[in-house]
Order: sequence, then structure tokens, then C-alpha cells
Amino acid sequence: MEWTLSKKEQKKELIMQTALQLFAKNGFYSTTIPDIAKSLKMSVGNMYNYFKSKDLLAKEIIKYISHYLGVKLQKINESDLPTRDKITQIVTVYFETAQLKPEMIDYFLRVFLSNREVFKEGCEGMICVNDFITEIMIFFEEGVQCGELRDQEFFSAFGLFMGYLGGMVFLKGEAILPKELDSYVEDISENIYRALRV
Amino acid sequence: MKLLWLSALTCHGNVHSFFNYPQIEKFLDDFSFIYHPSLQTPYTLEDIFTHDIACDILLIDGTLEDGLEKFGVEINHVIERYAKKVKKIITVGTCASFGGIFLADNRYGFLYHQEQPHHRFDSFREKTITLSGCPIQPQTLVHTLYAIKKEYKISLDNLLRPQEYYGYTVHNGCLRNEYFEYKIDAYHYGELEGCIFYDHGCQAPYTHGSCNRILWNESSSKTRSGSPCFGCTQPSFPKTRLFFTKKNMGIPQYLPTGIPKRAYLSLAGVAKAFKIERFSQKIVED
Repeated sequence: MEWTLSKKEQKKELIMQTALQLFAKNGFYSTTIPDIAKSLKMSVGNMYNYFKSKDLLAKEIIKYISHYLGVKLQKINESDLPTRDKITQIVTVYFETAQLKPEMIDYFLRVFLSNREVFKEGCEGMICVNDFITEIMIFFEEGVQCGELRDQEFFSAFGLFMGYLGGMVFLKGEAILPKELDSYVEDISENIYRALRV
Repeated sequence: MKLLWLSALTCHGNVHSFFNYPQIEKFLDDFSFIYHPSLQTPYTLEDIFTHDIACDILLIDGTLEDGLEKFGVEINHVIERYAKKVKKIITVGTCASFGGIFLADNRYGFLYHQEQPHHRFDSFREKTITLSGCPIQPQTLVHTLYAIKKEYKISLDNLLRPQEYYGYTVHNGCLRNEYFEYKIDAYHYGELEGCIFYDHGCQAPYTHGSCNRILWNESSSKTRSGSPCFGCTQPSFPKTRLFFTKKNMGIPQYLPTGIPKRAYLSLAGVAKAFKIERFSQKIVED
């Protein structure tokens, strides 16, 4: 039974990864469930055994991305690094993900944030990105508690940090940045630290 | 059963609170004080100081201090003398328990300086029960005395407080629990609807006590009447800025007892995401 469940989870993950690539390549609205099934050499009927609709698939994907990033951030939060170094680590993880799995960040910025109507039921507020947001909250809270970061409202700090990273990935996606993302990690980390420190 | 109430540095709030026990006359029929600072008793304080009067339970009220004298007698010496003779010792209120309001480097509770064990009376640990609270809740004191009299087994926590009264948090029984669950704040001080944990300093989710299970004056509690819990039963009492929730980037620094930060934030994030129509406006205007 466990083996069956695990196989099903693996298959679901494969479907999500394939869907992400197709969304990035052809756009969210232009990609259909039959397109995803065809790409996986599955029948459309079988696809529906895994995801009952494209909207449900869309919500599962954003949770999947949030979890993927959340696990990486949790490791950083649980490390003994000073806050300044944790910022570098978070920026690195974000940019690495944008480079290695560009479809993930692309989905977050272009699908999740731009098509809120798809996510209004079942992904209220930040529920579907809870894993990621929780780790960012812990990072900020502990940064303030250890006296390195300035206390302020969560969203003013969150917007500065994530808006900055999202903006850089967006510029990269538009082929505006002259260099690769990783060459900006140090400057960006220092900028974020200076903006948020006590 | 004979009781001795000895006061050190105190505001006498515990004495007043004790008198609010609803069946005080019945209690005074069942117990007798050899000395009490506000009751007519068979012995005077001078008698207590100068003689060894037989008694069963020593009640200590107030913060202790080396060399603190009353009428020229060092109160710690009197406490020590009677502590050796009695069957049980009860520290009444937070001052006698942990130092409380009058705590200083040279002042302490009977067995603790806040939550750190204090050596002065450590040899009496085995027969001591801690009843913290500022002031003591009268039922907690009286029911504990009856439990001793009837020789019931009293389970204690790591600070020697009876589990029956201190095993739960003040959050238990709070009428605002529904608002806590869905993260709906009270926006103004004194509002009777909404949770006061997020902005108004309520310490109930991490304070051990029975204020919302055994109501004060049989009718109310701080949180029920619009005030935050001040954490008055805790060794750390009193903290500063009691009407203000210490937050770091919007996240409360002190979280409900035993709940990991990651779990709390995940649950809070989910709860906050929903707009619950029923709570979108006040049910009853203040």
C-alpha cells in the first residue's frame, strides 16, 4: 500500500513538473490538460485520476513550489549562520532555483501572482505558499530577536526582500540583465542587509 | 488544623484576596489561625516571635530578604523556626513564591529567585507547595488547604505548583478562544470581542493558572472583563509594558506554551487567510 501511494506521489510530481514546463513555454491559459497528458504519453482519463481539473493542478503546483523553497529555507534558518550570511544563502537559493528550475519562479511570478482568480478558492491569502512564507517569517523574527534586524511590520520587510528578488528574476527573464543572476548575489545580499539591519 | 500566616515584604493583596473566598466562614470553622495579620487570633505577632506555638501549616506571604526585620526581629529566622516544625509550607502569592513585584538581587521567593532555585530555604523543598498569583486566587489557596487536611495526593509541577490549578494555561476557558483560533484581533483596549494576544499584551496562552476555569469573585476574569492577562502566576512576573505585545516583525515573541514556532506560524497563516463573515463586525456593541 505504501509503495502504491509513493508511486502515485511520484507520478503527481512528474505531472506537475511537466505542467510547469508547458506553462512556461506556452503560457498558462494556452496549456490544456490534454496537452500535459500528451506530453507524458498518458491518457486524458488517467490524468484526471491525479488532478480533477486544471485549477486544482494549478493550486497543487504552487504548494509544491512553496514546499520546495520552504525546505531549503528551513535548512538555512536552522543553521548557526549570522543573519548577514543567511541573507546571502536565501538570495542564492532563490537565484539558483530561478536558473535551474526557471519554470518554478516563472510560475510564481507570472501565473500565481498574475491570475489570482484561479487561486481565489482553496488558496486564500497565502495558504498555498505557507511553507515558504513561514520560513521567511522565522528568518525575520529571529533576525530581530538576535538584534541584527530592525523591527518593523512584516510586509514592509517582506516586500523589500522578495520584491527585489522577484524583480531581478523578472529582468533576467526579459533578457535585460547583462550578467547571470549569481553574479549579483553579493551586492544584492549586502543591499538587503543594509536596508533591514538595525 | 492550625495555620500560621507570616508576612514578609507584602502589599497585603493576598490577605484581601483570601477574604474573598465565598465560604470564608465555613473555612474558618474548619481551620484556625494561630496568627494572621488581619484576623483576630489567639496569639499576637510578638507571641509568634518569642514562643514556639504549635501549628500544622505555615503560610508565607511576601518577598523575602536577608536581614529584613519586623519589630526588631529578622523575619527569615521566624520563618525558618516554624518551617522546621510544620507539616506543610505554602508560599502564598507570587512574591513569596518567586520574588514578584519586590524582587531584587538581594530579595527572593521562599524557594526561587524567579525560576532559579534559591538556596536559603532549600532544605524545606520537600514539604513546600507553591501557590503563585498576584494576588493568590482564594479558591486555589483554600482548596489546597482542604486537600492537605484531607490528605489527598497533590500532583505538583516543576515549580511545586498543584497541577490541578497550574497545569492549564489561563487561555483555557477564555471566552475569546474563538477569536484566537481565527486570529481576529480586538482593535481597542477593553473591547469584549476579539483576541487580545496579538496587540494588547495578553499572556494567557503561556501563563499557568486557573483564572478562566475558577472565576474571580465567582463571576469574571481579566480577559473576560477586557483586560489582558498579565502573567501574574509566572516566575517572570511582572514583565514590563503589560498592555503591549512584544513582536518581532509582526510575530509575537512569546508563543503559546509548547507550540513550536514553525507550527504556530503555519497554523496562523492558514487561519488568517480566511475572511470569516460572522466575525467581520461586532456581534454585540460594547
